[in-house]
Amino acid sequence: MLLIECPWCGPRAETEFSHGGEAGITRPANPDALSDAEWADYLFYRSNPRGAHRELWNHARGCRRWFVVERDTVTNRIAGSFRLDEALPVPASAAGKQAEQGD
Amino acid sequence: MQRYSAFSLLRNALGHNRNWGRVWRSPEPKQGYDAIIVGGGGHGLATAYYLAKNHGMSNIAVLEKGWIGGGNTGRNTTIVRSNYLWTEAALLYEKSMQLWEGLSQDLNYNVMFSQRGVYNLGHSLQDMRDIERRVNANRLNGIDAEVVGTAELGKAIPHLNISPGARYPVLGASLQRRGGVARHDAVAWGFARAADALGVDIIEQCAVTGIDVSGGKAVGVQTTRGPIASDRIGVVVAGHAGVLAQMADLRLPIESHPLQAFVSEPIRPVLDTVVMSGAVHGYISQSDKGELVIGAGIDAYNGYGQRGSFPVIEHAMQAIVELFPVFSRVRMLRLWGGIVDVAPDACPILSKTPVEGLYFNCGWGTGGFKATPGSGWAFAHTMAHDEAHELNAPFSLERFSTGALVDEHGAAAVAH
Repeated sequence: MLLIECPWCGPRAETEFSHGGEAGITRPANPDALSDAEWADYLFYRSNPRGAHRELWNHARGCRRWFVVERDTVTNRIAGSFRLDEALPVPASAAGKQAEQGD
Repeated sequence: MQRYSAFSLLRNALGHNRNWGRVWRSPEPKQGYDAIIVGGGGHGLATAYYLAKNHGMSNIAVLEKGWIGGGNTGRNTTIVRSNYLWTEAALLYEKSMQLWEGLSQDLNYNVMFSQRGVYNLGHSLQDMRDIERRVNANRLNGIDAEVVGTAELGKAIPHLNISPGARYPVLGASLQRRGGVARHDAVAWGFARAADALGVDIIEQCAVTGIDVSGGKAVGVQTTRGPIASDRIGVVVAGHAGVLAQMADLRLPIESHPLQAFVSEPIRPVLDTVVMSGAVHGYISQSDKGELVIGAGIDAYNGYGQRGSFPVIEHAMQAIVELFPVFSRVRMLRLWGGIVDVAPDACPILSKTPVEGLYFNCGWGTGGFKATPGSGWAFAHTMAHDEAHELNAPFSLERFSTGALVDEHGAAAVAH
């Protein structure tokens, strides 16, 4: 059972939340200008990393607000929760990716 | 290869079973091969076997990072069926079903394929409409399927709770009589042995750490046992497909999730068929050893740790107890989680890639075991001819940009 920290409600059990997929996927401002491949990339292609992953969670059975969680996809260790209106720290994710490439 | 027969059983019994030979060799990797298969699970071994058998290639290596039968092939609920809604999917799985029906003879290895029937339950009026639609679609594709009502269900599966007072009452089911189960380990071992006999090198404890690409063409792989050259590389690694794709600077439209299953303590024969329910989300059969084999769903979030979350276990147990109240006091003996690669349309990807000579067979998600022979058969054709067979042509990577998805996930309303 994951213990997920909602930025507003504090640590709660995983069953209160629903998962919203990879964070940071922005809908293209002008879809008509994209090639089919670029549109497919937005719709279907995800980074699916083995290691640090930033993902959206919704506190569906709580305050119903969305936020970002950084979680390791192998160990399930959660590095932190971030509100969508705050700047995300860079290091953990980037360091995780480098470590993964090294092994 | 030492052929298995009643006579060989007798002869070895007289020798106190001390003279059985190795089932497959353990060769050192060569410097290069005509084709390399990355991943020694069922699909990878089947690919190697059909490359050798149907396409006359024998200078092939299968590279497995662990041991044969140690991955998802040895960790699934072993259900085999071909009752898919859409024609593209139905034909691919039906090809597989036809191969299953002759597989033990073909491999000279008993994969214990048991066509004990597969029931997919309906719990609502809409479920039943979907079931009738799917059964009709199956029949139009030449696949056996029938709709059964609760009276027949009650006779065929005496312990199934068909009471109208159930929380999710059972209203009927689809039945594919040719469906059933097979022994998963035997499938891996049988394909490994048969491929080895045709000259395929099965190299265990050999993890691929890099894919060498030169001028847009695949030229070889880096492994924990040294570099191996080949201009034809098939990647069949299920949950880790994305990790392998990254090695060739490719992206795949898949995400990896843990999928869980359990077996109970062995009990006396109580269930002689396979029961699946997409609505309460559980599926169950009984193994020849007497264990109840139970499948759960995937964790909603992606992950590579080979264990799933507790709420998913609880949910599957609730479903099973809802369907079979008699199992409420059966204790679970083992549980395991495997990493499955789920595509957006829950259909596989058997495809060429933008890198010439590099092929991917992935995206089988939660339902790959049943497709093992057909997947290998079609993927071998794709690798041998550098062109998809008509059976797997709809399952290319391009479908995600053309939009021609095979929307089995949304429309079939069946658990995979």
